[in-house]
Amino acid sequence: MNSAHRGSSMDTDGRISRISGSTVEAVGLPGARMYDVARVGHIGIMGEIIRIEKGVTTVQVYEDTSGLSVGEPVLCTGQPLGVELGPGLIGSVFDGIQRPLGALRELEGDFILRGTDVCSLDRSALWEFEPAAAEGDRVEGGDTIGIVREGGKILHRIMVPPGMEGLIQDINAGSFRIEDTVARLKDSGGKERELTLLQKWPVRIPRPCGRKIPPDRPFLTGQRILDTLFPVALGGAAIVPGGFGTGKTVVEQTLAKYAHADVIIYIGCGERGNEMTEVLQEFPELEDPQTGGSLMERTVLVVNTSNMPVAAREASIYTGITIAEYFRDMGYHVALMADSTSRWAEALREISSRLEEMPGEEGYPTYMGTRLAGFFERAGHVQTLGKEDRKGSVTVVGAISPPGGDFSEPVTQGSMRISGALWALDTSLAHRRHFPAISWTRSYSLYCDTLAPWFMEEVSEDWPEQRMNLNRMLEREKEILEMVQLVGEDAIPESQRILLLGARLIRENFLRQNAYHPVDASCSLAKQYWLLRAFLESYQVTLKALERISLENIMSLSTLSDLARLNEQPDDAFPEASREVLAKLGGEIDEMARQIALQKEALEKETAGGEAGKKEA
Amino acid sequence: MDPLLTRRSRGLMGISGPLVEIPPFPGTFPGQMVELTTGEGSVRSGQILEVARDKTTAQLFETTQGIDTDSSWVRYLPRTASLRLSREMLGRTFSGSGIPIDNMPPPIPESEKEILGSPINPVARDKPSDFIQTGISAIDLLNTLVRGQKLPIFSGSGLPSNELAVQIVRQATVVGEESDFAIIFAAMGITHRDASFFIEAFESSGALSRTVVFLNLASDPTIERILTPRMALTTAEFLAFERGMHVLVVLTDMSNYCEALREIGNAREEIPGRRGYPGYMYTDLAGNFERAGRIRGEPGSITQIPILTMPDDDITHPIADLTGYITEGQIVLSRELHRKGIFPPIDVLPSLSRLMNLGIGEGKTRADHRNLADQIYAFYARGRDLRRMEAVVGEDAMTSEDKKYLGFAREFEDSYLNQGQKGRSLAQSMDLAWDLFKGFPPAALTRIDRRWIQSYFPVEEEKETEGSQK
Repeated sequence: MNSAHRGSSMDTDGRISRISGSTVEAVGLPGARMYDVARVGHIGIMGEIIRIEKGVTTVQVYEDTSGLSVGEPVLCTGQPLGVELGPGLIGSVFDGIQRPLGALRELEGDFILRGTDVCSLDRSALWEFEPAAAEGDRVEGGDTIGIVREGGKILHRIMVPPGMEGLIQDINAGSFRIEDTVARLKDSGGKERELTLLQKWPVRIPRPCGRKIPPDRPFLTGQRILDTLFPVALGGAAIVPGGFGTGKTVVEQTLAKYAHADVIIYIGCGERGNEMTEVLQEFPELEDPQTGGSLMERTVLVVNTSNMPVAAREASIYTGITIAEYFRDMGYHVALMADSTSRWAEALREISSRLEEMPGEEGYPTYMGTRLAGFFERAGHVQTLGKEDRKGSVTVVGAISPPGGDFSEPVTQGSMRISGALWALDTSLAHRRHFPAISWTRSYSLYCDTLAPWFMEEVSEDWPEQRMNLNRMLEREKEILEMVQLVGEDAIPESQRILLLGARLIRENFLRQNAYHPVDASCSLAKQYWLLRAFLESYQVTLKALERISLENIMSLSTLSDLARLNEQPDDAFPEASREVLAKLGGEIDEMARQIALQKEALEKETAGGEAGKKEA
Repeated sequence: MDPLLTRRSRGLMGISGPLVEIPPFPGTFPGQMVELTTGEGSVRSGQILEVARDKTTAQLFETTQGIDTDSSWVRYLPRTASLRLSREMLGRTFSGSGIPIDNMPPPIPESEKEILGSPINPVARDKPSDFIQTGISAIDLLNTLVRGQKLPIFSGSGLPSNELAVQIVRQATVVGEESDFAIIFAAMGITHRDASFFIEAFESSGALSRTVVFLNLASDPTIERILTPRMALTTAEFLAFERGMHVLVVLTDMSNYCEALREIGNAREEIPGRRGYPGYMYTDLAGNFERAGRIRGEPGSITQIPILTMPDDDITHPIADLTGYITEGQIVLSRELHRKGIFPPIDVLPSLSRLMNLGIGEGKTRADHRNLADQIYAFYARGRDLRRMEAVVGEDAMTSEDKKYLGFAREFEDSYLNQGQKGRSLAQSMDLAWDLFKGFPPAALTRIDRRWIQSYFPVEEEKETEGSQK
């Protein structure tokens, strides 16, 4: 009996036939389906089926394969790789396949071992469920049946999973574990369905939504150069390419801290462990600028550092974006930071080369562009499913690490084609510690025109005009600087030197922003507008003053150093702070002009007097 | 007898470069260690890379010269590459594959570990935050090193990276703390001369008895270099996280390690990435560099100083590029400064320490530290730009303001960077830095908080001259 049983399991189980890096080949898996999860080896480590060919099934394995040997069993689960969605997500730290790292540490200690299975969400925690629907209500996918309050300010809506509908048979308030039934539905086929706080969704399939809303509202970042010059729309996608040391991670982390979003999904994809520690230890102590709660109460971290298994790195961005879509479906504005998309593409390349696929450019598989597009297209501002009129968004900001800082490489180029904003990081700016080192000459945003009406309405009628003035001034500075490189600053007209002075103030105190300064780190739109006005107007004032006082006098104006510190004034000091500094500038110039006139008069008098004296003598 | 020890097979299917193909044998697994005995009876060690139903591929850490397919025996060891660990390793010298080469018996093991290691769970990591004073102003003030950081030195051939590394090792202290520290020195493919320079330096500073040396010299087998950093880091993890020591690991030269990786990749006929280096080099390097850091609740730490040689001083070369993407900053040496006779010739502009902010500021170093460093960067960068311009338009076309920045850049290089072998305390580094601002009006220091300008700006003469002008 026993041996017969073993015999039958031999028939349905596959056997490992080859092990190469993170991929394993198996034979004898007749029912295998693409992208289903398989369990590999005696210890049953997790993998995903990525190729089926001539009876050989290839599995990409999410853990280290060393120690596996040929002939060990491979088992199909029949389920695609999925994530668990429900209360308990907020504040969690997961690895690339949604294993909770905190629970893993309790089980296996400080180092990550192999073959440990942990549920993504805590099964024993109790959540207070408040029904929002009643018996007899007809509900469909996306409708809210109730609410759970997680620790923070986020209301966790319990929704009917997409594709399900029916009449509510019964629904209960009270404390539940996530797998407990909170409501029962009878669908139109008469079948009874149980609803729990937990739902699962396969990561590689986008969660459905209603119609997409055109990008007409900005995703506010609190970063002057981004909001003013290169805004990204809510539900848009931006990419941040830059060589090493240009501050990609600081940009991503700053956005995670200060961006106006309800939920932040931060994916550390193939990056440094110590950076994630910084996030983990800082975020709980930082205050959410919008709600006043702790930052961790709006954050979910997906962490697959560079030394963790490559295949799980490939999965991590899908895990992250599926969680993001889930919160979007609740009607929240979600920002997803992926640091870095390049490492994900490299994982794809590594797996592809193990499969001995024909390589495309730089060894990346030819389908990389399609996969990138598939990921970025999951961003969007949408009308959610369900009868309630909810809108939610997922905004994606992807960091990219081009080899040698060369933007012509395939990952940067592929992402540029599908994202709406490029925030190009510049090595020479980073070298002089001008942060954020976002180049104002190479970056662009395709959302400027569609967002202009919003800015005109919410900030000021002349926003597009001021923005244009800023662009013109920076462009003009670039031209003049090219000339200065040839002839020296002494040889150019004084009016141009005034422009250089004005543009330097803007670069140093408007475009540059200190992520570690308590006030400067984040900047409201009103402050951005009034700062910009102050700088542009002070340029006009000094240019005009050139008719009355000399260039040296202007350079020595003490108000210039007040202007250089205007960005350190808190948000609520504006617009008064700008007005004051401009008034002071005007006053100082007038005073200086008066002094000069007086001196001149005195000098004339003296010479006149002297001549008269001579005559007398 | 352990039955596993009798697991062996005769004959090979093929030999190509450092790789041998072995007929399939039950129970073999990737990473498993093998011993190959040639017909003449010499024994070479190797490791299985890939197993398939029709063949097993292994890499040999020694030369394949003299091996034939028919008379060779392969013995399968019941383990992956591992190392026996002990506190007594301190003061000892090992080969690149972990065998004692100082004519002394192997230390009595306290523990045995697989050298591949496991990733530290990110939630178990602790934020590095202890400032390490290296005595070098360009590092302490401008690119601060902290405990648990990995900060490589990007060098070029002929640049004094060894001298700098030795100086850091000799002077590194955590101010106000006596701690149990150890140095691990792993040499990969360096010359005998370089290796003895390091060992003599450790000896003269009295640190040799606290140093573990792993030596794979230029004349040693290339493929052995794949093991060397892992040996070193496994030892480091043992000393740091099981024996509570603060470990500083010097890995030199990572460029040679990468070449060994390339050699294996090519022998396996893999699709090469940039410049022939394998596409997985980022992951492979990360597997080594990420073995630095601190763990919550553990007293010890691992700090890494890898050294690499940028071929043709090219910082975009894949070795430097991938390293820079993994490590927490870099110290870049400059040929131009070296030719000017400046030591240490650190080019601060491309240099960076990402963890600097965690180790400085009020309560750790001094409140004005960050501001002061930023201001120096801003002025020096401007001075360097102007220097390029001056070369085109001549000194006469520079404004008097420009000349101030030019002077700043010159002074910064000639006297500030150029500190020679002498160590400076951080306080000295900071005072000297403030002195560089003499001649600038305080209002020009826009990156420094006004409070710090008031407390630290060098006042004496300037004020008097200003007063007399009034």
